[in-house]
Amino acid sequence: MPSLAGIFGFQYALHWSVLWTGEYGHWILQGIETTLLLSALSWVITLCLGILFGSLRTSPYKPVRTVGSIYVEFFRNVPLLVWLFFWYFGAPQVLPADAQDWVNHHHPEFWSAVIGLSVYHGARMAEVIRAGLQSIPKTLLESSVATGLSLGQTYRLILIPIALRLIIPPVTNESLNLLKNSSLAMTIGVAELTFMTRQIETYTAKAFEALTAGTLIYLVLCLGIAALMAQVERRYRIPGLIARG
Amino acid sequence: MSFDWSVIAANWKFLILQGLLGFGQFSGGTLRLAIPAMIFGFCLGTLVGLCRLSRRAWIHYPAVLYVEFFRGVPLIMVIFWFYFLIPQVTGEHLPEYTVALVAFVIFEAAYFGEIVRAGIQSVPRGQIEAATAGGLSYPQMMTHVILPQAIRNMIPSLVTQLIVLFMDTSLASIIGMVDLTKAAQIISEREIRPFEMYLFIAVVYWICAYSMSRFSRWLEVKMSPDRAPSKRLALKKAIV
Repeated sequence: MPSLAGIFGFQYALHWSVLWTGEYGHWILQGIETTLLLSALSWVITLCLGILFGSLRTSPYKPVRTVGSIYVEFFRNVPLLVWLFFWYFGAPQVLPADAQDWVNHHHPEFWSAVIGLSVYHGARMAEVIRAGLQSIPKTLLESSVATGLSLGQTYRLILIPIALRLIIPPVTNESLNLLKNSSLAMTIGVAELTFMTRQIETYTAKAFEALTAGTLIYLVLCLGIAALMAQVERRYRIPGLIARG
Repeated sequence: MSFDWSVIAANWKFLILQGLLGFGQFSGGTLRLAIPAMIFGFCLGTLVGLCRLSRRAWIHYPAVLYVEFFRGVPLIMVIFWFYFLIPQVTGEHLPEYTVALVAFVIFEAAYFGEIVRAGIQSVPRGQIEAATAGGLSYPQMMTHVILPQAIRNMIPSLVTQLIVLFMDTSLASIIGMVDLTKAAQIISEREIRPFEMYLFIAVVYWICAYSMSRFSRWLEVKMSPDRAPSKRLALKKAIV
């Protein structure tokens, strides 16, 4: 077996085959599946919350803006890990005993993770979407209406297409943060990719191989999505917009 | 469901002194980890950002690789890597605090590096030309002309990242470092009071993070009174 001794100066025999022998390979695939499912589900809710509270924060009415701000400031300023612990360990305590029983039979760890990820990233997404909406100059609305478009047409044909393109890069960035942060769900026992990596490490004592596999999978996922979205961004670029890297 | 808030009063010393500040029998503490991680992370990040801006390929590409790698991997993975690698390399078991600090500095430097790069790129080219024409050397130009302006431009994103780092330190509890999160976990397991405990530390984290963000808004206004409405103007210019 090859050894890392020559590279790092320590004795550690590499056994890459643990990654695909027997059930370990299966665990990794299951982990990827859970990570993707958890992230996708949370992402959809995050986007809904983000769009809702992001638009609330740009409202001309102060009470409406305040509701948006309270949501954002409340959820954004507490670590995601604390939210996960709170939803998983703390929140069921306020439920009646029957309800607690019901919850315990319906994958509480998975749904706590979905709730925790969604409300935390929803608050951060709301900020991203607010910044995107506010970066559209007001004159654009005025000039569209002046050329004879109705308000509905202005939104449908001018404002929303432009806003969508402006927010693609920051929304992609935030979505990737969600994907990476889904790894924290391991702390409440969701069997996602990081959890499986640790489990393989525990069973085989092959930390180097297991960590490498997990790291590479996250890298491929993140860089892959980033590259894909860069293509989308280029494809739908607004002609004449110069503020691009 | 009945609440017992006295559990907080009974354990406040452990939570605040040990958990938040890091004075106690365990090496740890949220702030004791966050503050050095911020300082060293920013220093290393500045270096990474400068390297990324270098024209020399052998300096530029390693910096790009560094940034892209750490930005594509979850922090918890990086912590596990150091938790595993450091004892392998040094041959001895180091305290969790040291492992966490090393992991945070190296991980966050990638993010700080991007912020520093964007800040430096926001300084007009003419400043570099003027500094060079004025006979300043590269270090002189950086320390006296470019960085002071760049740092002012990057304050908003810098403070956001500092807040994120502060909250990320809760991840050190996963490898067993006794910070605020771990302290709450220990007590909630002993007293079986998870709701009160996690709500309490959520409030503590919230107060710290929120005051940091208020401070940054104050700093932003104070340091650049003439640049307050610039956001919308910049984009107006961008859409030709």
